[in-house]
Amino acid sequence: MSTELTGAEIAVRCLQKEGVDYIFGYPGGAVLFIYDELFKQDKVKHVLVRHEQAAVHAADGYARSSNKVGVALVTSGPGVTNAVTGIATAYMDSIPLVIISGQVPTHAIGLDAFQEVDTVGITRPCVKHNFLVKDITELAATIKKAFYIASTGRPGPVLVDIPKDVSQQKTEFDYPASVTMRSYNPVTRGHAGQIRKAVQLILEAKRPMIYAGGGVILSDAAAQLTDLVRMLGFPCTNTLMGLGGYPATDKQFVGMLGMHGTYEANMAMQHCDVLVAVGARFDDRVIGNPKHFSNEDRKIIHIDIDPSSISKRVKVDIPIVGNVSDVLDELIKLIRARKEKPDRVALDAWWTQIDLWRARDCLKYDRASSIIKPQMVVEKLYEVTGGNAFITSDVGQHQMWAAQFYKFDLPRRWINSGGLGTMGFGLPAAMGVQFANPGEMVACVTGEASIQMCIQELSTCKQYNLPLKIINLNNRYMGMVRQWQQFFHGNRYAESYMDALPNFVKLAESYGHVGMQIDQPGDVESALQEAFKLKDRLVFMDFITDQTENVFPMVPGGKGLSEMILV
Amino acid sequence: MENEAGALSRVAGLFSSRGYNIESLTVAATEDPTLSRMTLVTAGSDDVVEQITKQLNKLIEVVKVVDLSEGDHIERELMLMKVRAVGKDRDEIKRMADIFRGRIIDVTDKSYTIELTGTGSKLDAFLEAMERGAILETVRTGASGIGRGERILKV
Ligand SMILES: Cc1cc2nc3c(=O)[nH]c(=O)nc-3n(C[C@H](O)[C@H](O)[C@H](O)COP(=O)(O)OP(=O)(O)OC[C@H]3O[C@@H](n4cnc5c(N)ncnc54)[C@H](O)[C@@H]3O)c2cc1C
Ligand SMILES: Cc1ncc(C[n+]2csc(CCOP(=O)(O)OP(=O)(O)O)c2C)c(N)n1
Ligand SMILES: [Mg+2]
Repeated sequence: MSTELTGAEIAVRCLQKEGVDYIFGYPGGAVLFIYDELFKQDKVKHVLVRHEQAAVHAADGYARSSNKVGVALVTSGPGVTNAVTGIATAYMDSIPLVIISGQVPTHAIGLDAFQEVDTVGITRPCVKHNFLVKDITELAATIKKAFYIASTGRPGPVLVDIPKDVSQQKTEFDYPASVTMRSYNPVTRGHAGQIRKAVQLILEAKRPMIYAGGGVILSDAAAQLTDLVRMLGFPCTNTLMGLGGYPATDKQFVGMLGMHGTYEANMAMQHCDVLVAVGARFDDRVIGNPKHFSNEDRKIIHIDIDPSSISKRVKVDIPIVGNVSDVLDELIKLIRARKEKPDRVALDAWWTQIDLWRARDCLKYDRASSIIKPQMVVEKLYEVTGGNAFITSDVGQHQMWAAQFYKFDLPRRWINSGGLGTMGFGLPAAMGVQFANPGEMVACVTGEASIQMCIQELSTCKQYNLPLKIINLNNRYMGMVRQWQQFFHGNRYAESYMDALPNFVKLAESYGHVGMQIDQPGDVESALQEAFKLKDRLVFMDFITDQTENVFPMVPGGKGLSEMILV
Repeated sequence: MENEAGALSRVAGLFSSRGYNIESLTVAATEDPTLSRMTLVTAGSDDVVEQITKQLNKLIEVVKVVDLSEGDHIERELMLMKVRAVGKDRDEIKRMADIFRGRIIDVTDKSYTIELTGTGSKLDAFLEAMERGAILETVRTGASGIGRGERILKV
C-alpha cells in the first residue's frame, strides 16, 4: 500500500513542488498541523511577520519584484480578517498570490465556532478566486489550481481555505503535473486581424502616443515595449503601475501621466490622434473625467489580457485581447515587415510641440530652500543608489514624489499600492522584495503617518536581518490629505496633523536598528551615503521636510487631464 | 457554470458589488450533473450589458455566457397563485385560468391554487386580470430562457 499523507503534509509538499522558497505567515490554532509540517522540512522557509496584513504585503512585494507567485499563510478568524487589506491590495494591482488560510473543522463550520469567519465570503470580492477544501482528496489538485489561476491570464490573489480536520486527515498524495479547466482558458495571442489594423493606424499616426501600464510589468514585456517605442520614435508615458516598463531616462519618455503626471504627458494624451494603450486600464486617477478625455478627434488601440478592462471607461476603436508580450512581439514583427515608415515630418512637428510642453518644467521646486524639500531627498536617493535600488512606497505625497523623481529604468523596481492605495504597504512589501532579491539595495519611501500603520514589522526586519533603508519623508502631516484640504476644503486641516509622533530614531534603535534624523538640506546626501554604506543594517532615516510642500502638477477630481494645477 | 457550491453566490456577489441589478435569476443542474445553467434577467445600456457579460465570463466557475436577447429565443416563467374562491367566484376564476391556460392544481372549499407558465408579461397580464382582493399569495420563479431553433448553448 502506498503511503498516505496528512492534509498538512500535502499542503507543504505542494508548496515544495511549486518551488516556493519563502512563505510569509503567522500561526494560530487552525493552521497548527500545517506549521508542524513546515517545521519538519527546510525547503520552504517560513518568515514570521508581526501582523497578517504584513504577511500578505510581504508576499506581494516578493511577487512584484520577482514575477513569482507570493505565498502567505494565516490562521482562521482574525488571521484572515487581518489579511484582507493585503489581499485587496494585491487584487487591485493584479498581483499573483496564493493565500492559505486555516478554517475551523468542517463539522464546526456554520456553528459560530471559535475563530470562525466565512473566509470565502469575506474575501470573495477581493480575490481572483477562492476555494474551501472540504474533501482531502481534492486538496492537492486545488492548490495546483490556485497557483495556476493566480499566475495566468490577468494575475491575482487566490485563497485556499483549509479546515483543520482536513489538514489532519490522510490520503494519497498525487500532485497533478498540469491543470485544465473548461471554464478558465486565458488567451495569450491577440487576434491577427486586429493586430494588422493596429499596425495600419500606428503607421498613419501624426500625433501618436504610447500609454503603457502595469500590464507591461506583469507580462515582463519591458524589452518589447522599449523596442517598439524606439523603432517608431513615438513618445511614451507610463502609469504609476507601469513605471520602469519604459526607461525613465530615455528621451522618448515623457514621464508619468495622470492626476500627478507631468504636464507634457498629460497634454500629449489630450492632443494625440492615435493612442496606443498597452496593459493599462484607463483608471480615473489617470484619465480624469472620461467626458473631458481628449481635446481632439482620436483613435484608440487597446492591448489588454482582460476583456473587461477594454471599453470599460473609454470606448476604444481597436481592442486587442491578449498577453502584452505576445501581442508586442507580433506588432513589432509586422511593423518591421512593412515598407511604410512612420510619418517623420509629422512626428518632428509633434515632438516640437511636446518639447514646448516639457519646457514648462512642471516638476520644478525650490532647490535653494533652507528647509529640506521632499523632492530633493528622492533625487538624492536616486543619485546615491545610482538608480539601481528597489523602491517601495506607502501612500501619500511621498509616494508621488518617489514616482516623479526616482527615474526607473528597469521593471519590477518600483513597488507600490496604486489601485487600493494602502498605507502600511511599504515596509512589509520591502521585506518581501529583500527576500526575493538578497544583496540588492531596497529602500522604502514613506511618510510619518503611513509608516506607523505597519511599524511593528521593524521587529521582523531585525529577526531576519533585512538591511532595508527607510526614507521617512516626515512632514508632520498626512500631507496628501492636507493638500486636498488646502485646495478643496478651505484650508481646514481636519485631523490631518500628525501629533504625538514617536522619536523615530529611538524607535528604530529600540528594535535594534540604526536611526538617523536629518533636518538640514546640506546633510541629505551625506546621510544617504552613510546609510547605504551600512550594508547589513536597517537604517531608519527620518527626514524633517517642508510641511507645506504640495504635489504638482495636479488634476483636480472630475476635471480633464489638460486642466492641471501647476506650480 | 460548474455545478459547485459557491458559484451562485459569486454571480450574485458580482451583481451587487458592481451595482448591476438582477430582475430575476433561476438556476438548476442540467442533464450533465457537473454543470448547472442559470438564466439571469437584467437591464442596462449596451455598454453595461457588455461589461456584465465580460465580468461574468471572468468568474472562474462560469463556463459560458450568452446574451439570449441578442437573438430569437423563448422565455418561460412559472407562477403559482393562491386565490380566494368561494361561491360564484369559483366558476369565474376557473374560467379565467382556462383563458390563460392555467391549471388549478390544489383545491379547498375556500381557495384554488393555480399554476401558470408563460412569458413574464403573460403572467403580469394574468395578475392584472385577477381581482386584487381575491389574490392570497403568489410566487414566481423568474424566467428561464433558451434559444430558438438551431440556436444551441452547449459546452
Ligand atoms: C495617491 C495616489 C495617487 C495616484 N495618482 C496617479 C497618477 O497620477 N497617475 C497614475 O497613473 N496613477 C495614479 N495612481 C494609481 C491609480 O490609482 C491606478 O492604480 C493606476 O493608474 C493603474 O495603473 P494601470 O492602468 O497601469 O493598471 P494596473 O492596475 O496596473 O492594471 C494592469 C492592466 O493590465 C492588464 N494586464 C495584466 N497582465 C497583463 C498581460 N500579461 N497582458 C496584457 N494585459 C495585462 C490588466 O488586465 C489591467 O487592465 C495613484 C494612486 C494613489 C494611491
Ligand atoms: C489605510 C489607509 N487609510 C487612509 C488612507 C487615506 N490617505 C491617503 S494619503 C494619506 C496621508 C498619508 O500621510 P503620510 O504617510 O504622512 O504621507 P504624506 O502624504 O504626508 O507624504 C491618507 C490618510 C489610505 N490611503 N490608506
Ligand atoms: Mg506625512
